[in-house]
This record gives sequence, C-alpha cells and structure tokens, in this order.
Amino acid sequence: MNGTAPQSLLYLDGVTVSFEGFRALNKLSLVVEAGEMRAIIGPNGAGKTTMMDVVTGKTRPDQGDVLFGGDIDLTKLDETEIARLGIGRKFQKPTVFENHTVIDNLTLALAGDRRARAAAFWHEDAEESARLDEILGIVRLGEHRDRLAGRLSHGQKQWLEIGMLLAQEPRLLLVDEPAAGMTDAETKQTAELLRQINRDRTVIVVEHDMSFVRELGVRVTVLHEGSVLAEGSLDQVSADERVIEVYLGR
Amino acid sequence: MRQPYTMRMLDGRGWIFLVVLAAIAVVVPVLNFALPPSSPFYLQNHWVPLFGKYLCFALLAVAVDLVWGYCGILSLGHGAFFALGGYAMGMYMMRQIGTRGVYAHPILPDFMVFLNWPELPFYWYGFNWFPYAVLMVLLVPGVLAFVFGWFAFRSRVTGVYLSIITQALTFALMLGFFRNNFGFGGNNGLTDFKDILGFNVQAQSTRAVLFVLSALALALSFLLCQWLVKSKFGKVLVAIRDEEPRVRFLGYRVENYKLAAFVLSACLAGIAGALYVPQVGIINPSEFSPANSIEIVVWVAVGGRGTLVGAALGAVVVNYAKTYFTTGLLAPYWLFALGGLFVLVTLLLPKGIVGTISDWIAREKPMNGAVANGGAAEPAPKPAE
Repeated sequence: MNGTAPQSLLYLDGVTVSFEGFRALNKLSLVVEAGEMRAIIGPNGAGKTTMMDVVTGKTRPDQGDVLFGGDIDLTKLDETEIARLGIGRKFQKPTVFENHTVIDNLTLALAGDRRARAAAFWHEDAEESARLDEILGIVRLGEHRDRLAGRLSHGQKQWLEIGMLLAQEPRLLLVDEPAAGMTDAETKQTAELLRQINRDRTVIVVEHDMSFVRELGVRVTVLHEGSVLAEGSLDQVSADERVIEVYLGR
Repeated sequence: MRQPYTMRMLDGRGWIFLVVLAAIAVVVPVLNFALPPSSPFYLQNHWVPLFGKYLCFALLAVAVDLVWGYCGILSLGHGAFFALGGYAMGMYMMRQIGTRGVYAHPILPDFMVFLNWPELPFYWYGFNWFPYAVLMVLLVPGVLAFVFGWFAFRSRVTGVYLSIITQALTFALMLGFFRNNFGFGGNNGLTDFKDILGFNVQAQSTRAVLFVLSALALALSFLLCQWLVKSKFGKVLVAIRDEEPRVRFLGYRVENYKLAAFVLSACLAGIAGALYVPQVGIINPSEFSPANSIEIVVWVAVGGRGTLVGAALGAVVVNYAKTYFTTGLLAPYWLFALGGLFVLVTLLLPKGIVGTISDWIAREKPMNGAVANGGAAEPAPKPAE
C-alpha cells in the first residue's frame, strides 16, 4: 500500500480496538517478516490476545490496517477465510476436540478441501496418512494416536494443538502461551518444537514465561496498554527502563 | 493400519439395531396375517398401524439426533418438518378422494366445498400426482429448513436462542394452519382418506405394506445418518458441537456444515410425517404444537443422545409408555409420567439408555481393548446444551 513494508508477511499499522470505552489496542503497529519467529510479551491486559483476535478475524479493529502477505486486507475477512489463507492459531487454553481421538483431531486439521461434500466422501490417501504419521512423530504423540484427546495430559493437549497447527500447513502460526502449565522438561521440548517449526514457517509466540522466551532466543516485542513499548532482543528490552517499570514498577 | 471408513461404519450396536428392525418388519405382519385370530400369538389389527406410528417417530427421533446429538443444534421445531411432510402426503390423499367425498365434488376437497371456494388454490395443484407429492414431502421441509438455517446459522444464532426461534417457527406454522383461509382444512386438518396409489388406506394389507415401508425408511435413514456421522463430515459436526470457534479457525465454513445437517434432518422428518399420516388417517395443526417438538427431544434424551440407535429406541419406548399410560385408568397421569421421566433421565442417566449401556460394556472390556478398537471414540455430548 504505502510501501513501508510491502514484503512483510504480517503488517499492522495504527490498529485500535475498543471494548466499551476500554482501549484493548491503541494504535498498535507491528511488522513481522516472512520466516521470522517473534515473541510477544507484556503484562495482563497489554492486548496480546486481542492482537491475535484481530489477526485471525475474531475481532474487527475500529481503526488501522492489518495486511497479510503485503496486500491482503485481513480486516475484511472472517475467521474461516483467514484460516484458509494460511494463518493458524493455538489458543491459550488448549483447545482440542476432546471427544475425538488424537488422530481424528489431526485429520480434521490436515490441509485439504474444507467443503462439506468433500468431507462426507473423504478418504485418507497414502500421502495424507504419511503426513499424519510424521506430525504424530513431531509432537511425540505416536503412542496415543487412538486415545481420546480429552484423556491426554495438559502438556500433551498443548502439543496436540501445535500438531493440529502443523497439519493445517499455515504460513503464519500464532501461538498463545504454549508453555503454560508445562513442566520444565516439557517447556524445553516445546521451545525445541517451535524452533523446528520455524525452519519453514513464520511464528508469533505470545508468552508470559520469561525463561521460555529466553529459551527461544528470538526478537521480542513488548506490549503495554495496547501499544508497542519496546522491541529488540530479550537482553535489550529487559534493560529498557520503561519495560522494567511496567513489569516491576507496580 | 486403519480400516477404511466403510468398514468401520456399523458398530455392533448398529448391526443389532438393523437385525432387530428387520425382524420386527417381518414378524409384525406375519403375526397379524398368517395366524388365526384364535392363536395366542395373533396380533390384533390395530397394533399394526400403531407399531408403524412408532417407527415413524423413531425416524423422526433419528433426524433430531443427527442435528442435536452430533451437531449441538437443539431444534425444538422438528415437529414442524414432520407435520409439513405429513400435510404433503395428506394433500395427495385428499385429491384421491374425488367424488367419494361427502359433497362428491370431483376436484375440491370437502372442506373447500364447505367454505364455498370456487376453485382449487394454486398450491394444491399437482398434488393429485403421487411423484409430485413425494417430491414435496422432501422439498417443503427441506426448503424451509434451508431458509431458516441460512439466516440463523449465518447470524451465528446458537444454543438456547436458536431453540427458542425454532419453537417460534413451529408455533407460527401452527397458528397459520389453524386458519381456514390458509387452505389446509383449518383446525380439522386433512382426513377421511380413501386410498393411496389405488390401495384402500383402511385395508389391513395396505397397513402392513405401510408398516414395512416405515421400517425400511427407518433402516435406510439410519444407514445414511450412520455413514454421515462416521465420515469426516460427521467428525466436523461433533467438533462444531464441542468447540465451534476452533472449527472456524481450522478453516471450515461452520454454517455450511450446520445447514447441510439441518436440511437433511428436516427432509428425514418430512419422510417420517409422510409415512405417519396414511397410518393414523389424519393430519391436523396440533402436530405443529411446540409441545410436540419438545417431546421428540425427550425421546432422544431418554434413548441416548448422539447414538442414533438410542434415539430410535427412545422414541419407541416413550411412545409405547404413552400408549400404555393414556389408555385406561392411568390416563390422567401421562404428562406427569413424561415430565418425571425426563427429570429422572437427566439426573440419573444423562447419556440415555444406549449411552449408559455402552459405558457398562466399555467398562467390562479390558482397558487395552477399549483403546485399540477405537470404540473409545464414542462421541459423548456434554449433558447441558
């Protein structure tokens, strides 16, 4: 549009969202390049989840531009259309289909024809079967393929949801607090998993847990009261006085 | 390796259901026809259409279970689709009466002569032709469901709000059909049928054929629904029931899936109504009453939501109980019994008869068996919706 970031995968400019007078996002501007992994941190109410809602079409911004791939205006599209463009989302609370088996969860997420008629007559082919097995391996749920997702542990559900994201073959993954409620070992494995995914996909991680962000070792954006407060490496932003004030000052 | 979907389509429960249904379809007419009335196993004539009626209700319950049990759409207006299918068939049979009516008018049904109507309203055209009537049995409920669902699902009306507007839908239709100038016989509805495709509707042989056709329609509809819920389409439905927003973020057009299931369900309800009317001999606007539609949901809940077989079983069990209770001394207490049944099932058997039995069987099995056979994938709806 205006040439500031034509090739950026995700481009937010001056995005404002108000809920009954409360500004959840206040002229938020953010650019994420293709192939990047970005961590977004900030205290509660900083607008992290609202930012994801805007990108995935759940919330329409009052003002501002949200562009994907340089020229696609996401504010005009709904959740389904945005998902089909290749933006996947993992929720803060692990959201898997608890009454379906692990493999059925992945099958539902697997990229392919999403139309109702196609679903009724769908049969798994060898290629899809191989892809599902590969994803099961990546998220370490091979032994649990025929278990109901509702019977998995919390950490396993988180991984299943990441696996579902992978199966969608998105260009951009939005991952909301992937390490929440995980043990230290699981947190380490999750960081490893995200780095692995980032080899061929762009990832945005929203996280509370600083040690996890350190583990990822990526560029960090700090949100505060709906705008960007600071951006840089974790060491840079944690040395920033305003960031210290926001996190420690109250 | 996983078996192909077609192999996994019918589980043990499904086979038992089909075998029992086939047996009933054979045994009931045989006991009625082949045995002399003096035999202790002789089935009296009135039982055949009564059992036929139960089978139509079972089909209606399967239709409701498809949308409620699998997709979480609590329709409290399915009685409307059932009644519309019934009216379409009733209109065909009205046109077949011809000069045998009280007023002996060659074209106009009695009630139109009585109301001094000069000619047949345009929407009665074509109903003298059976294939057209059958088409309307499917088309009228289907189109209504499509238009209603298109607006409701696109506007993301869900849960109790959707249930309320489905009640409003059937209530509005009831008020309309009660009016004489609506053109469907007002509060008397359509009755005094003489024959269907040339066969006397009162004849015991016609009733037996209608009974077998009802069993066949139930079996085929069950197979269709079973195939659908075991397909990926069905898995998307269950996913919508449990986590609708998540399904959208996966890129599925949720409203299209809901609409497809809702329209199919309405068409099945229409078929049930069309088979019901010739067997009971009357269709009137009380079939649209909101309470009727709520009763269907009770059948499904009693039998076991989200199991298809349970819905059919629940319809038969509750309606048999209704027949039993509403004849004789216990007649005044039927509504209390129905209400009590619903409360008891909700409190003590939240998964219904079939769901509870499945749980027992699953518990009896060794743990590894339950995991390996994928039977653990039983979709268990949340109790409250």
